[in-house]
Amino acid sequence: MSMPETRELTFRDAIREALIEEMAAQPEMVIIGEDITPGGGTFGIHAGMAETFGARMFEAPISEASIVGVAVGAAMAGGRAVAEIMYSDFLTVCMDEIVNQAAKMRYMTGGQAEVPLVVRSPIGMTRGIAAQHSQSLEAWFAHIPGLRVAMPASPACAKGLLKTALRGRDPVVFLEHKMLYGTKGPVPAGDHLLPYGQARIVRAGDDITLIATGLTVGWACDAADRLSERGISAEVIDPRTVSPIDWETILDSVRKTSRAVVINEATLTCSVASEIAAGIGESCFAYLDGPVRRVGSPFVPKPSTPGLEKLAYPAVDEIVNQALSLMPRRQGR
Amino acid sequence: MTTNDLSTETLRAMWRDMLRIRAFEQGALYQSTLGKIHGALHSYEGQESCAVGVCAALKPGDYVASTHRGHGHTLAIGATMDRMMAELFGREDGYCRGKGGSLHIADVAAGMLGANGIVGAGYAIAAGAALMQKVKGSDQVALVFFGEGAVTRGTFHEVMNMAALWKLPLVMVCENNEYAQYMHWSQTMVFESIAPLAKGYGTPGITLDGNDIRAVFAAADAAVRRARAGEGPSLIELRTQRFQGHSSGDPQVYRSKEAIADLRRTRDPITRLEAELKAAGALDDADAIRREVEAEVAAAVAFADASPYPATEEVSHHVYA
Repeated sequence: MSMPETRELTFRDAIREALIEEMAAQPEMVIIGEDITPGGGTFGIHAGMAETFGARMFEAPISEASIVGVAVGAAMAGGRAVAEIMYSDFLTVCMDEIVNQAAKMRYMTGGQAEVPLVVRSPIGMTRGIAAQHSQSLEAWFAHIPGLRVAMPASPACAKGLLKTALRGRDPVVFLEHKMLYGTKGPVPAGDHLLPYGQARIVRAGDDITLIATGLTVGWACDAADRLSERGISAEVIDPRTVSPIDWETILDSVRKTSRAVVINEATLTCSVASEIAAGIGESCFAYLDGPVRRVGSPFVPKPSTPGLEKLAYPAVDEIVNQALSLMPRRQGR
Repeated sequence: MTTNDLSTETLRAMWRDMLRIRAFEQGALYQSTLGKIHGALHSYEGQESCAVGVCAALKPGDYVASTHRGHGHTLAIGATMDRMMAELFGREDGYCRGKGGSLHIADVAAGMLGANGIVGAGYAIAAGAALMQKVKGSDQVALVFFGEGAVTRGTFHEVMNMAALWKLPLVMVCENNEYAQYMHWSQTMVFESIAPLAKGYGTPGITLDGNDIRAVFAAADAAVRRARAGEGPSLIELRTQRFQGHSSGDPQVYRSKEAIADLRRTRDPITRLEAELKAAGALDDADAIRREVEAEVAAAVAFADASPYPATEEVSHHVYA
């Protein structure tokens, strides 16, 4: 089998390409969001798309609840809808539409209705924009049966996971990290689709498993580099989707390494990292050489001022330190 | 079409359709007292002329989003009593295989997108269905029923604006029965009427007596025609009344038994049309029709009784495709 041709794309362009390809292929697909037509949106995802697809791109007023609600109705009535919510913090304004309507419609109607909907939204840290523009709320959605939740960490994952979401029949909450939009990476040419519930082994290792999502996948790789300087071989796993979670890949790795650190940017309390740690504890207890460690944000809102802001997020140092704490004394201390 | 254009045959059919809703609701409440229905019911009794008059203006292919009080809308759009009763009974042959129950009853194939447990959720769902018709270039419309109590949800105002902005083929029908659960609307709202709110959104709004089924049909028909013609949304406020409490468990401490009896005596849309048709000599067979309708309810109950409960493995079906 020959390797597929790849191009270097930014994370932003990978998302844009997926949207363009599917808008072209699906005449009943619509996009609804705020500021999506003048400059392509706050993060420029839709740049240039209105010229081609303007009749199916709905420039919405500041009405997040109804942006998603309209998208749900359009999807139920035989369309396919994408709703862009400018910052994922604003998803709190449309929780009814996502949680009570989109997620449950198939079930409540006994399979009569379906909601092929993708709610795209940028998550996570940026500089200084503080408590209402910086959160990672993936756990809220991963908690809800009926939703799928994607957290791509690379341009190829972004395109492949979005394409799959745009071909599927279920509602997907698609969370794009703001700090990743400008990052570049190889993206397979052609019809690139990635399955949900299939983790990516970012790098293989034998001594410890680092499981990380979104932006923190890169941090876990940085931590793995530093651990390798000490002769510790870390395996880095990116679940890619946090609903469903690929337990098999995670548990296989932990059975091999006997040690795990689970990392996410979200507030650690009731987080996806907590869920993964609990799952490892339940299924791999006998294999573990120590407790499953978690790294995430402390239980505070995000402050604006730089000195405090950095304290409100996890950091690579913490991943390294938690990993070392699990290693035999000669390596770890 | 003007109000006077409704034929006697159409009016007879409307009367029968109202009777079917009344009989279904009374039958369901009775079955509930027998312990056959797992959960509360929100009876549509008293409001029948709203659902029947409005839905008569729709065509197959149109969409309706409903409320927690959804049985009347579901029947009016063409659902069958047997599968509806089976749904209330929690049985496999129910429209939603028993998983939705009364609060989520839906007949999606008929365009009925569902009753909804969240007050004010239907606006945007209907607007989305309307938006798809615009995208597809079809002349189908979407219609949303809601109570006056749902008007204070922000989603009402969001969708009024969006629907007017995008000229969506949407008809918004407020059934103003004056009570949001236990609360009279004068206690929670400053509006004297709902329809004038439309004016601020550049949308036509009209308030009328929901018991006057000719007027209800005429207003709905005009709004649906406007929507089909691509001229945008309309708001219709129907002044109506519910004869039962908010739900089957409501002790109705907020109004007297006399007040309810008075409503039944003076504000019953079924007896109103019945008197009119009888006076015209067009309803001599009323008793025979009543018996037919009661037989239909009895058959629906028998159908529901005979239908099995869903198998245990169904608990995890229909979560995902």
